[in-house]
Formats: sequence, C-alpha cells, structure tokens
Amino acid sequence: MAGLEDLYREIILDHYRNPRNRGELDCPPARRAEGFNPLCGDEIVIYLDLDDDGRVADLKISGQGCSISQSSASMMSQAVKGCTVEEVRALNTAFKALMTIHESRLDGNGNEIGGETGGDGSGTDTPVPDPRVSLGDLAALQGVVKFPVRIKCATLAWNTLTQAL
Amino acid sequence: MAALIVDDVLDVTRVRADFPVYDRRREPPLVFLDSAASSHKPRAVLDAMDDYYRTTHANVHRGVYAMAEEATARFEAARAKVARFIGAASSREVLFTKNATESLNLVAHSWGRANLRRGDVVVLTEMEHHANLVPWLLLADQLDLRLRYLGITDDGLLDTSDLETALDGARLVGLTAMSNVLGTLTPVRQVADAAHAAGAVVVVDASQYVPHLVTDVAALGADFLAFTGHKMLGPTGIGVLWGREALLEAMPPFLGGGEMISDVRLDGFTCNELPWKFEAGTPPIAEAIGLGAAVGELERYGMEAVRAHEVALTSYALRTLAGRYGDELVVHGPADPCGRGGVLSFSFRGIHPHDISQVLDQAGVCVRAGHHCAKPLMRRLGVGATARASFYVYNDEADVDALADALDSCSELFCF
Repeated sequence: MAGLEDLYREIILDHYRNPRNRGELDCPPARRAEGFNPLCGDEIVIYLDLDDDGRVADLKISGQGCSISQSSASMMSQAVKGCTVEEVRALNTAFKALMTIHESRLDGNGNEIGGETGGDGSGTDTPVPDPRVSLGDLAALQGVVKFPVRIKCATLAWNTLTQAL
Repeated sequence: MAALIVDDVLDVTRVRADFPVYDRRREPPLVFLDSAASSHKPRAVLDAMDDYYRTTHANVHRGVYAMAEEATARFEAARAKVARFIGAASSREVLFTKNATESLNLVAHSWGRANLRRGDVVVLTEMEHHANLVPWLLLADQLDLRLRYLGITDDGLLDTSDLETALDGARLVGLTAMSNVLGTLTPVRQVADAAHAAGAVVVVDASQYVPHLVTDVAALGADFLAFTGHKMLGPTGIGVLWGREALLEAMPPFLGGGEMISDVRLDGFTCNELPWKFEAGTPPIAEAIGLGAAVGELERYGMEAVRAHEVALTSYALRTLAGRYGDELVVHGPADPCGRGGVLSFSFRGIHPHDISQVLDQAGVCVRAGHHCAKPLMRRLGVGATARASFYVYNDEADVDALADALDSCSELFCF
C-alpha cells in the first residue's frame, strides 16, 4: 500500500492550511466557472480576470473540498497568475500528464505495472506535455496518482479553470 | 452447528467465520465499516450461486428438460423466501429487478405515468437517497408535477409536525424507511396512514431497512417497497420491488420483451401474469438464488438478534466517540440508538471526510466519505460531505475501537 507521506506532502498541507488566492471577483469583468466532484461533493468556484493582452491578471477561488482539491487549486492559482491563455493550457496539459502517466503504471493497489493506457477518468486521451513547462510546487501532487480515486480531487480545479478560459 | 446466538447476543466471532473476506490475512487487519454502501457475502451465498452455475444453469421459465425445471425451481424458491422474509401476501407481489434504484424507477415509470397528471402533487422527504429523488424529478419534468418535501428536524428526525397539510392533495408519497446518512428510522406507518387518508399511494425505499430490521410490509402500511440485494449479504445485480397485488395488476408493464408476455401478435401483445409481467428478458438468475441464500442466512441469525446487535454496537459507538472526542466529533442524526440504524455519519475537527477516510484506510478501517447520494440532505445539514461508518452482523466493539484509535492519526496530520 502506498504510504500517506506520498500523498500528504508538507507543501500540500501548507497550501491546504494557508490557501492562496481565496475569494471572489466581480463578474463581469471576471469570468466565473463552477466545478463539482460528484464522488465526494467537493465544489469549487473559479473567478478569472484576463487583461487586454490575454494574460491572467487575477484569479480567485472559493468553494470547499478536501486537502488535495484545495491545495491543488491553491498551487494552480499561484502558477497561472501572469500567464497567457496558451501558457495556462500548457500548464494544464503538463499537470494532466503528471496525473496520467503515473496512473497508467499503477494497478489497483498502487503498485507499478507495465500498462499502456491510462487516464484521469475524464475520458480524454493522454495529453502530451511540453517538456519546457515546469510545474514547480505542483509537482508535489505527483504522489496522488498512487491513490487513483483522489486524482479527480487534484484535477478538479484545473478542469474548472479550463471551463473558465 | 454451534450456536450463533449466545444469551440473545449475536456471536460475532462465529458470524465472521461465515465470511471469506475475513479469511485473508491482512496487516493491518480489515475493519470493514461500510456495509451501508454494500455488505460482504457469506459462504452460503457464494456457494449457492456457484453451485447453480456449476450444476443447474439453464434459462428459467423456458426449457422443458429437467435441468431447466431445476433452475426455474431454484429461482422461484428464492422469490418465495424473499416474499416470506418481508411478509408479502404472496410471491406474486415480489418483483426481481436490478437494484433498488430500478425498483423505484419502475414505480415512477409504470404507476406514475399511468396515474399522475399535470399539476399532481408528489411528496418526498429531504432525507431521500438520490434513487428516490431523481426518478420523481424526471417524472415531474415530463408530466409537470408539483413536488413537495417533508423536512427534517434539527435532531435528524422526519418532521411530521404538520403531516395533514403537507400531504393535502398528494397523489403519491415517497419516503425512506431508514436514512442512509443519518440512520434515522422514519415513522413509515404514521406517514402511510396519513397518506392513505389523503388518497395517496406510498412508496418506501427500504434499502437500509430490510437488511437490518424485521420487515413486515403489511405492518409498515406501504403500497410499494424497494430494496436491494447487495446490502443484505446478497450479490449485486439483484433488487426487489414489492407491491400490493391489486396495484401491480392494474399497472402497465415497465420494460417490454420476452418473459413479460403471454402472447405477442404483430399488432399487439398480452401481458404475462404477476410477477413476470414486470420481468422482461432473462432475469439475474444466479443473483436471485444468491439473494435467497442471503435471506436464509439472515433468518438463521434472526432479524431480532441482528437488530439488537446493531443497537448495542451503535450505542457503544456513540458512547465511545463522545467519550473520546466530545464536541469535536459530531454524529449527525438521532441521539437515541433505538431510533436509528447502525449508520454513523460524522464530522470531525473540520477535517474533510475524504482525508479522514484516506487516513483511516492506513489503519485498515474502511469508511465511506462523500455525500452518500443525498446531496439535498447534505445541504440541509450544512456540510459538503460526511464520513460514514456503518455496522452489520460481522462488526464488533473492537471495530469501533479501531475507528476511534485511527481518528487520532487524522488529528495528527490535519489539525493545526
């Protein structure tokens, strides 16, 4: 069985205890998108403000959820501020790949196997990340793939942000 | 056979020996507290299904050869066992479905479409499982029905303070007999009597009730009663809808196909008689036989003993958790163990239920986390989700202690 230390890394707990960019923005001008995790009832609302150049001028997050969904949202909010829409999409692809590649190598007990296919449960093909994209703190969420049911917690914020774009 | 019940108490060690899932050595040992989602299966159920497939499998109600007769006999014997178990007047009133959800959808589609008209009132409760909400929401959309809800009190009981007003003009009342979140036992008889006085038909979701309490459909006063096999030691893929014979007779079929007809012409068909009128296609034969075996096991334990065991265990759990964690652990639902089933949904120190469940899993403790398919109730309780521990015949006080101990690890990680 994969250990809890793989899942609840210190940086994740830090973002959970002190979530960055919590709050709301006026809509308009900001865009608003809601995401739900039907499994656990987690809800997330993302407020996204793009400037005239198409960069993320501001982003706020509200809603409630578990440590994984909340910390993932918090880290995402830091990562995408100042990014262009294209850069956000590239980060999203890189993050989904992080959540996917490893899952494909895990069996139901969190042990690595030589699998070919995988997915984050969204039914999409495995995304191909741009190797130049750095995930920074978000890479700490890599351990989530050893707990497949929690992958949807980690990807909730990203899927919601994609809706808002 | 050694006694399963000693001094009126279920001998959990002996019961557990019937369940192969406990045979496997695990470190940490299995502490399974999620039977409200799905129970484990005793050897008798697995053997009955296995033996059927190995020795007797043939399609039912078709073949003339001896093996097909034997398959049909086992299948119908299971129906008779279920009928007796819930106090049905006859096996004709017991329909096999896929699960409780399908049973409730059957009522909505068949009885609902034949009897409900635009503007008619359907009354449900705020503590229903989605299975007894969404079929009616769908139907309300399609037929333009009006939905009304019985609320809950702050201590998690069904609010029956103004039943007459709430049920005035109702054509159908749907309620759970036992909440899958709060464990609340609802006053089914009282609601059914009031509903009948108002001219309404009563549909009871008994998915959490039939596995745990003595069930007598006549005493409950229901018109329809839905439950599922896999929560009562039986396999998945088999559910039951019990209905009053006169109502079932008058209803149009649900699904069309083989088995549910007595004659088919190119310009029409004649329905089969009850209960097969509602069982289109090859039924889940092995699953029905498995359910029959599950009923046999529950009868061997005795439903009074099962209930007494769960009241005692729930009482112990409420005392233990309160003694250990005081106000930091809130158990939702009625405080009186006699007014509830062995389902404890709780909130603990603000820790998200997903995180609780994940940490408990490291100690081998299996609890459910989430909204338990009762999102309107979650909103009423003001929570997004809860952690839920639920008990059955194979659980004991050591399981409760393991839960209480493991909760300490949650605090270590998440309380700051």
